[in-house]
Amino acid sequence: MSEKFDVIVVGAGPSGNAAAYTAAKAGLSVLQIERGEYPGSKNVQGAILYANALEQIIPDFREDAPLERHIIEQRMWVLDEESFVGTHFRSDDYNKPPYNRYTIIRAQFDKWFSSKVKEAGALVICETTVECLLMDGDQVVGVRCDRQGGEVFADVVILADGVNSTLARKAGFHGEIQAGNVALAVKEILFMPQETIEARFNIKEEEGVVIEMFGKITDGMMGTGFLYTNKDSITLGVGCMLSDFKENPNRTSPYTLLEKMKAHPSVAPLIAGGEMKEYCAHLIPEGGFYAVPKVHGNGWMIVGDSGGFVNAVHREGSNLAMTTGRLAAEAAIAAKAAGKGFKAKQLASYKQALDESFVMKDLHKYRDMPQVFHQNNQFFTTYPELINQAARSMITVDGIDKKTKEKEIFSNFRKSRSLTGLAGDALKLWRAFR
Amino acid sequence: MHIVVCIKQVPDSAQIRVHPVTNTIMRQGVPAIVNPYDLFALEEALRLKDKFGGKVTMLCMGPPQAEDALKKCISFGADDAVLVTDRSFAGADTLATSYALAAAVRQIGKEQKVDIVFTGKQTIDGDTAQVGPGIAKRLGLQLLTYVSRIADLDLENETITVERRAEGGVQVLKTAVPCLITMLEGTNEMRFAPLENMIHAARYPVRKWNKEAAGIEDVTKIGLKGSPTVVSKVFGPTPRAEKALMQSVEDASPRDVSLNVIQKIFTQHPTLERDILAKAAV
Repeated sequence: MSEKFDVIVVGAGPSGNAAAYTAAKAGLSVLQIERGEYPGSKNVQGAILYANALEQIIPDFREDAPLERHIIEQRMWVLDEESFVGTHFRSDDYNKPPYNRYTIIRAQFDKWFSSKVKEAGALVICETTVECLLMDGDQVVGVRCDRQGGEVFADVVILADGVNSTLARKAGFHGEIQAGNVALAVKEILFMPQETIEARFNIKEEEGVVIEMFGKITDGMMGTGFLYTNKDSITLGVGCMLSDFKENPNRTSPYTLLEKMKAHPSVAPLIAGGEMKEYCAHLIPEGGFYAVPKVHGNGWMIVGDSGGFVNAVHREGSNLAMTTGRLAAEAAIAAKAAGKGFKAKQLASYKQALDESFVMKDLHKYRDMPQVFHQNNQFFTTYPELINQAARSMITVDGIDKKTKEKEIFSNFRKSRSLTGLAGDALKLWRAFR
Repeated sequence: MHIVVCIKQVPDSAQIRVHPVTNTIMRQGVPAIVNPYDLFALEEALRLKDKFGGKVTMLCMGPPQAEDALKKCISFGADDAVLVTDRSFAGADTLATSYALAAAVRQIGKEQKVDIVFTGKQTIDGDTAQVGPGIAKRLGLQLLTYVSRIADLDLENETITVERRAEGGVQVLKTAVPCLITMLEGTNEMRFAPLENMIHAARYPVRKWNKEAAGIEDVTKIGLKGSPTVVSKVFGPTPRAEKALMQSVEDASPRDVSLNVIQKIFTQHPTLERDILAKAAV
């Protein structure tokens, strides 16, 4: 016996859940297949939840979603070995509901999201791996799972199987993962009493702080570090391009990087006494605009990390995932309503909606960013050092006059990068951000 | 034949943490699973069903979320599932739990006569191994605990023969059906459900019984009210001060290393040497 559904969603991360929820809510019969023990058991993210993307799917999510703290302060740190130069933006404006973003713990959040998917009427099965897509000619007609009698059919298969997307690769929808297109991030969740967190970060109950870090902590590799406050834990992690890890002359491993970051004199006091609760690692597709594969075809669409929908510059991913999941489901709903089949032509509204949304617009805006940063590691090494030197020099009172200091700072910059180099770097940055 | 398998949904103790200040268990975010010991009971029940035919009904007492645990059992091949759930059951110890479950088994028996009740050896969160025997006693069932193998089931003569782990060996017991069996861990391996079952389970409407539906006659015997157990103190064991002793193995033959280790042990436990030598002399 093989059943047929309107939609099969492979994967129960943010994109898969968004797709399954949207499709089921519209009355389509949906089967969602997750390989983990429960939805969220294999899902890893920083994790910051951007409210907007979820609001468009579940407007009243704040009522019962497991949210840790809403963010009222964002710190950006540029670090060298023993110091950081940073900006902090804190605003009471962020204390006015509805809040804009939250820290979350994915294992809990995903479980909640999945319960909503089930409530909407989708069938969710876990501990089941989809091995391959079933084809009828050039049309995807279903999937085969690793269980006995594992064939199941659908008009549309939505691939939300994550960054590795073995399914899409097997089907030839996109090529092998390129080390230059993915970042490898590692993180830890450290348990810490709520009062300690609130005292250390100068926040009240439910308020949260984000620290984004870059500079010497990534050992010359393209990447960033982060620290988020949860209710009674702190999440911190660091990630760099996989290709950089491969080429790193010091053979620095991700966990060494994390250990070094934890030992940094500016970070260590914030996490002192924290007891490790969880550690995880994840690949993040950071290839940007040019790495996004074909997103739809006959009977299939690809969403979330499997499609490489991550805005690495702004550390956004799950919101793109949820949005792509929702848009794909909407395309399936429209195709079903039109009743003219589920070929690429009928699913093309997905591509169109993507292009018109912030997802592709943002990816397009930063299309050259991965290249620029990748080829110019001075942004992660020389500049953080120079900036910290400059700050130290200007702030230290040691009897040397400021003019001399200024001269020395400028000459340091020139020595390291030369005038044309400095101008070139500025131009590259401007172009990439434009 | 009708088999009832009692299960409990428990926090995955492999992932559980103890609050460093209050010593209480931090359940938040800890995944809930079917008590692993219960799965051996379920698999054994399914094997009996495969062999003799009949029906396997799952029974669980717990909060509404425990439905997931029952659905999982449906995916393995159980036929029906009942979740006994009511606020008044909250805070039950093993005495109150076995009272409620016994009542529910009785209700299930009214639909179809129950031949065997299975439970796991114990739960991983309570570790008491009391609920199974409690149910058997209340229902007047023959009790077979720590069963490692069901050697024979004679439905015609209503007898069952099992192997039971006992101190110093294996007991072979023969008794009358109906009976209650608490199944020992490691005695079988849970099957891998076919896809069809997974979909069936995801759709399966688990029956939810409140205390009336479960046939509770005396409400003073359930929940916190019916639980004489008192937790007087929760504490973490004190870490032991003594550390492992290091023994260098460099440039030493295995024999020398062993002799050295034995010598060290005897130095620390002088009576041990005497006792062993005395035994050896006999």
